[in-house]
Amino acid sequence: MAGVWVIAEHRDGAFRKITFEAASAAKTVADALGADVTAVVLGGGLEAACADLGKYGVAKVLYADSADLTVYSTEGYAAAVADLAKSGAPDVIIFGASMQGKDLAGRLAAKLDTSVAVDCTALKVDGGKLVATRPIYAGKIYADVLVTGAPQIATLRPNVFDVVETGASAAVEKVSPAVGAIKVKQVEALAEEGGKIDLTEATIIVSGGRGMKEADNFKLLEALADALGGTVGASRSAVDAGWRSHHDQVGQTGKVVTPNLYIACGISGAIQHLAGMGSSKVIVAINKDADAPIHTKADFCVVADLFDVVPALTEECKKLG
Amino acid sequence: MNIVVCIKQVPDTESQIKIGADGKTIATDDIKWVMNPYDEFGVEEALRIQKAKGGTVTVVGAGPKRVTEALRTALAMGADKAVLVEDEGLYGADPMAVAKILAAAIKPLTPDLVFLGQRAIDDDAGLVGSALAEHLDMPNLSVVTKLDLGEGSVTAQRPVEGQTLVLEAPLPALITTQKGLNEPRYASLPGIMKAKKKPLEVKTLADLGVDAAGKASVAALNPPPSRAAGKTIGGETPQDLAAALAKALRDEAKVI
Repeated sequence: MAGVWVIAEHRDGAFRKITFEAASAAKTVADALGADVTAVVLGGGLEAACADLGKYGVAKVLYADSADLTVYSTEGYAAAVADLAKSGAPDVIIFGASMQGKDLAGRLAAKLDTSVAVDCTALKVDGGKLVATRPIYAGKIYADVLVTGAPQIATLRPNVFDVVETGASAAVEKVSPAVGAIKVKQVEALAEEGGKIDLTEATIIVSGGRGMKEADNFKLLEALADALGGTVGASRSAVDAGWRSHHDQVGQTGKVVTPNLYIACGISGAIQHLAGMGSSKVIVAINKDADAPIHTKADFCVVADLFDVVPALTEECKKLG
Repeated sequence: MNIVVCIKQVPDTESQIKIGADGKTIATDDIKWVMNPYDEFGVEEALRIQKAKGGTVTVVGAGPKRVTEALRTALAMGADKAVLVEDEGLYGADPMAVAKILAAAIKPLTPDLVFLGQRAIDDDAGLVGSALAEHLDMPNLSVVTKLDLGEGSVTAQRPVEGQTLVLEAPLPALITTQKGLNEPRYASLPGIMKAKKKPLEVKTLADLGVDAAGKASVAALNPPPSRAAGKTIGGETPQDLAAALAKALRDEAKVI
């Protein structure tokens, strides 16, 4: 059963988008290796959804229908995947560099005595081995990493790999991996206010910096984000000034984001901020200072006062909507 | 309460990072080295717990001799003692090897709590925390923004995509710290003076019976992909600018 494995991520009985991104990327790797993609699904109530993974290139699903695994735990997932991998001997294991995947990676690799290429933005196969590209120093440098242990593990940055549908159905095999003791208990899951989309998963981000002048002015960015279906982010200056929560911080000491559209408003573009948003697909800078470094990174530069342009842009976007 | 905080020394966020002559490591000549910012939250939390419950705070680092400076900073903040696993080749080593080395250094300290930053801002891997927990046979709570210590257990808040999870674990436990957990203190001048006299034990890999051999290697480092030069949006009034920008985003970039 050697081949490429994908660890599925799910919440409330449905797979998360990162699972389809990982499966699609795994299919490309498997094709280059002349192997098949096997998905590992841990947790109850997902049997119907399992077969659907075939659409994204998965040939076979190993489904552990276990109540102990319905809620993610580092210990349970690491033990179950390691147990399955010891008998299944995959060449490569791929999953999302989501909050869950980032937590799982180290413990799983320690159990299997291998290593991980974390938060990858590109994968290729060279000489029968996976070589993964990942940004380090928050994107100031890109590293090509070769995991020399077996299996090779790679986690993928969300919203970078395209979801590719092929239309087939996957065979589902029930498995019962050893889970062992799970010491960490999830007491509850608190929903974030307003159910807003997390910055790391957002396709559109409207972000504000020191130029916003005060917390209340972020209302302008909230309005633009609402008109675009986006999420509001902030620079470190804005967070340190207490205008926004640290959850909203984009940059080397905050979140690294890859939206389709990043609109930077009143952000000068300090190197540590550029590092966090530099791999966004399209960048807009709105800053009245023509010399602000952010303009050198932007695809579209608006050299004007954000307090005039942002409300006007919100109105334009509402017209489009 | 026996508390261990792992410290990594990393380039300051304002550092320009340049690729070294070998094409596989960074040039380290112009770098200002600091304690990994996420580790500061671990030091602060350990000191607060120590104040409330008593006990010892030991900071542990692994790397070249210069890592001593980061450990002294933690001692100046108030930690009691430090252990450095000194090895010139450890900077840039596979995090999985570092986890094994730290485990060998930490095991004899028999901690109730182990803290690490949720990731280091240089390799951005975030692997050492949960790998170290596995080697120490402890539960791990990752990327924590709130921590409450109970009798023999901890309760932590961990923000994930769109939710905050409330997790509970028995001690001993390993926690990785995220911004928001606390406001790390600055080292005071008396603290800095005192830190010079605090014990700092230096060990070698041979002392610990471990090596730095990893399971991953860097094949090449490259500069980030370059972006095409940007386009300046023209217009007389804010309304003109907004209309031109919206049109460009819709028709040219096709992102709205």
